[in-house]
Amino acid sequence: MSTSSSSHDLRFRLGTGLVALILVLLVAAIGFELLRQSQLSIAKFGLSFWINDVWDPVSGEFGARPFIWGTLYSSVLALALATPIALGIAIFLSELCPNSLRQPLTFLTELLAAIPSIVYGLWGIFVLVPAVRAFEASLPAALRALPFFSGPPVGVGMLSAVLILAVMVIPFTSSVAREVLKAVPMSQREAAYALGATQWEAIRAALYYGRTGIVGAIMLGFGRALGETMAVTMVIGNNPQISLSLFAPQYTMAAVLANEFTEAADELYLDALIEVGLVLFVITLFVNAGSRVLIWRMNRTATVRTAPPVVAAPIGDAA
Amino acid sequence: MRNDAVRRLISKVITSLCAFAVLVALVPLALILFLVITQGILSLNVDFFTRMPAPVGEAGGGMANAIAGTLILIGLGAVFAIPIGVISGIYAAEFSGTKMATAVQFAADTLNGVPSIVIGVFVYGIAVLPVKQFSAAAGGLALGVMMLPIITRTTEELLKLVPISLREGALALGATRGWTTVSVVLPAAAPGIITGIVLALARIAGETAPLLFTAFNNRFFSTRLDQPISSLTVQVFTYAISPYQEWHRQAWAGALVLVALVLLCSVLARYATRRLERLQTGH
Repeated sequence: MSTSSSSHDLRFRLGTGLVALILVLLVAAIGFELLRQSQLSIAKFGLSFWINDVWDPVSGEFGARPFIWGTLYSSVLALALATPIALGIAIFLSELCPNSLRQPLTFLTELLAAIPSIVYGLWGIFVLVPAVRAFEASLPAALRALPFFSGPPVGVGMLSAVLILAVMVIPFTSSVAREVLKAVPMSQREAAYALGATQWEAIRAALYYGRTGIVGAIMLGFGRALGETMAVTMVIGNNPQISLSLFAPQYTMAAVLANEFTEAADELYLDALIEVGLVLFVITLFVNAGSRVLIWRMNRTATVRTAPPVVAAPIGDAA
Repeated sequence: MRNDAVRRLISKVITSLCAFAVLVALVPLALILFLVITQGILSLNVDFFTRMPAPVGEAGGGMANAIAGTLILIGLGAVFAIPIGVISGIYAAEFSGTKMATAVQFAADTLNGVPSIVIGVFVYGIAVLPVKQFSAAAGGLALGVMMLPIITRTTEELLKLVPISLREGALALGATRGWTTVSVVLPAAAPGIITGIVLALARIAGETAPLLFTAFNNRFFSTRLDQPISSLTVQVFTYAISPYQEWHRQAWAGALVLVALVLLCSVLARYATRRLERLQTGH
């Protein structure tokens, strides 16, 4: 009886485990497949692929630096804009919000993540880009002389991409940051209040306690921004150039894939594009893995550190 | 060090800024929803659902082929992702804490973070390049790969919410572990899992990037799995970047349908989860 039951258990474990293995293998397969399909480009360009500025399908010369630059620059700027707002939202929803407003406001902010990327892009083309163009044209000449605002005011370009990316990233960062704050033991805030802290000082104590998780939340948003495709493709201007200017039309790794993949006529061109995909995959893999490790570590410390009150009780009795 | 009034002022200012941040995020949401609804309603009519796209320069027409295409692609993705996702989720929940379960969770989170366009490139490499043919099957596979991690994590999290007493009850009656999971734990979590899956399907229906070079696009009505197929999102993209007014109107109508679909599913899911929560706290 007991042998048959444990063999049942083993079969259950093996059966479900084998299926679950598909998931693990799938991640490995993505990396392997991208590596395999981009052999031609890797063999021909080697490391120069990462630092070459020229992307010229006609002459068969491919360098990914403008795309890597565009992806990193747009994501970092979007993050700089989105992070304070996302953390503000997380703090408001978990610490300050009246109970009756919490659920509807949480629902609404998370709705930002539910709107399809293509709809953001459509809105970007017809509303954001004209608005950005008007803003760019209205900027005084003194500011336009700065490298950040140089170039003609065309509307499509880095600024539009950054704005739309920032809005798209907010819900991801804020929802994880909210979970992190929720995991911070109430005693942390109570201790701060007991020492005479103001509301903000108590929140700051909670943020400090959850700092690992908060950094994880920000990195998660970064990972999202790096890989965002449609909305960025539709507003960034798709011009492979490296420029500090927010007004300049630039290009990202995801956007070049979306635009040129079906047009790649020869094998080298296709392999170079797949290698761009590989680079994007590797970068997002590191950012996401880092973010997950931080969030997991945060959750573990939060559960470990909530234990002390039980230990502390006898000490209080003794006193 | 600093006097109390200043500290209290700083606290007030910062907490007000936090409330302001919520407003800042809700403004674009309101603007986008308002525009999609007002613009979309102008060109949304019965034709949109029943007619084929009109040629350039002709007014009217619809997206019947794209709507059918999206449904087919989502269906294919679901057929691939639901069984694997639910079983992987069961494994991750039942053997939580083991190395393999942690690997599964980590793989799901990693896969969830892989940019959708990269998943498109991957599926192009395994399902399009070998046969030199864009196909609905490849598009469905790409969407399935996107759904898989969401379904896995949803299943896992909901299984972990089932009260341990239910499980203990079944085990005490002599059920095996597998039988307990399948006949007691899974049914208890099923409404939540189904809700999660519906929400995942609605979100994936809004994906464009993984379809660009897997399912591609098709001007005609097609239900064949080995042929390119149209989808709402790719069609909206094509229309949005075209120079034609009439196509722009169609793009807004398509956007409205997509947003309505996601909104409806989100609201339903929220309603369902709240009822579930009430049921669970009820007894």
